[in-house]
Amino acid sequence: MNDLASAFATALGLILSLDPGVLAIVSLSLRVSLAALILAALLGLPLGALLAVARFPGRGGVITLMNALMGLPPVVVGLLIYLLLSRSGPLGSLGLLFTPSAMIIAQAVLIAPILAALTRQVLEGMWEEYAEQLRSFGAGPWRAVPTLLWDGRFMLLTVLLAGFGRAAAEVGAVMVVGGNIEGFTRVMTTAIALETSKGDLPLALALGLVLMAIVFGVNALAQGVRGVASRWAG
Amino acid sequence: MRAPESILPLRAEGLGFSAGGVEILRDVALKIEAGAPTLLIGANGAGKSVLLRLLHGLLAPSAGCVFWDCASDKAARHQAMVFQRPVLLRRSVLANTLYPLKLAGLPREACLARAEEALALVGLADRVQDPARRLSVGQQQRLALARAAALQPELLFLDEPSASLDPAATRAVEEIVLTLARRGTKIVMTTHDLAQARRLAGDVVFLHRGRVLEQAPAEAFFREPATEIARAFLRGELVW
Repeated sequence: MNDLASAFATALGLILSLDPGVLAIVSLSLRVSLAALILAALLGLPLGALLAVARFPGRGGVITLMNALMGLPPVVVGLLIYLLLSRSGPLGSLGLLFTPSAMIIAQAVLIAPILAALTRQVLEGMWEEYAEQLRSFGAGPWRAVPTLLWDGRFMLLTVLLAGFGRAAAEVGAVMVVGGNIEGFTRVMTTAIALETSKGDLPLALALGLVLMAIVFGVNALAQGVRGVASRWAG
Repeated sequence: MRAPESILPLRAEGLGFSAGGVEILRDVALKIEAGAPTLLIGANGAGKSVLLRLLHGLLAPSAGCVFWDCASDKAARHQAMVFQRPVLLRRSVLANTLYPLKLAGLPREACLARAEEALALVGLADRVQDPARRLSVGQQQRLALARAAALQPELLFLDEPSASLDPAATRAVEEIVLTLARRGTKIVMTTHDLAQARRLAGDVVFLHRGRVLEQAPAEAFFREPATEIARAFLRGELVW
């Protein structure tokens, strides 16, 4: 019990003293997850919006597949990206394995289906409501996509926050493709896993606290954005 | 007595519509000319809203045809429709009014001028920056009317625009409708409210069970309808 209390105290000390080691790990985590979010959003948002308005044979199958991909296990994503990027893999010549770039790609692949599926859910109801009026204005489904993305802007912000939370908190994918190399590819989650198994509880706890604070912060922000969204949705 | 490039008269011939094996409209023929408002009246389920959507091009007829006095893409650009429940974008009052104008490709200054003029017409000039969906139901319907009016359509379809409104809001809607009609916009409007039809109609199209039973000048129709069913409808009997 004493061990735990002293570990906790040391952890708080690490955070409050802005320990450079902790800061470096936190900053890499945020940069990787943010870059992954941007990459995934560029793909996932328009794809989700298109699926919301388009009607084509096999649409139901695509939606089912996308919903299933939301539950992709991070380690499996890590393994797939590892196979692609490993020296003998098809993209091995790029030399990306065990770099932050590989981690960004892995997290982007992990959350892109989540962003696309949630975007479709948010915009589909809106499209059902808007379709007749937009058609009366002379706007077909294609023209509707930017309209829906804009009118769903606050709800889509909560979708982005959900994606960011998922990326920042996952450990399997970045562990496999990043390698948890100190000072280079070590992020919060992989550091926590390593330090815990090594018995260095204060550092693991300190990073755990920061990660919790980020996740809580993201959720609080999402809550606030939902409030704004309901104001505009009437 | 419109300019020669008018899209009117609008004619429908042999118009029919079925959905899921149920026949909703059958063999509808009518002619809509420029002038005072045309009111489509009839009981609920008579097919008024479907007829409006067929004429506006939101639904494709299963039989028959809608003819304009011009190319159909030109006709589409000179008509607008307001729905029973206004569909407002999740944007400000002003942005809602600007949306169809920008879509129509009007220059920016013209968009703004038309939007402000239309919002003033419906009495929403002091609400331009408010979120549209926070307005009261009556204000929302007035905004929908302003948004359509800003397009300056030659023909404006209104589907029961005051069906869910209280008397004061209904009165406001009717005043806007009459103002637009005086300015030369042809109004084609459905209602199941006979008193409203008497107040607004220049001529009347009476629908019953998916068929047009009468099309006549309002004064003649209300004085002496030609069919027994219309007489019963005017007496307030349940004619279904």
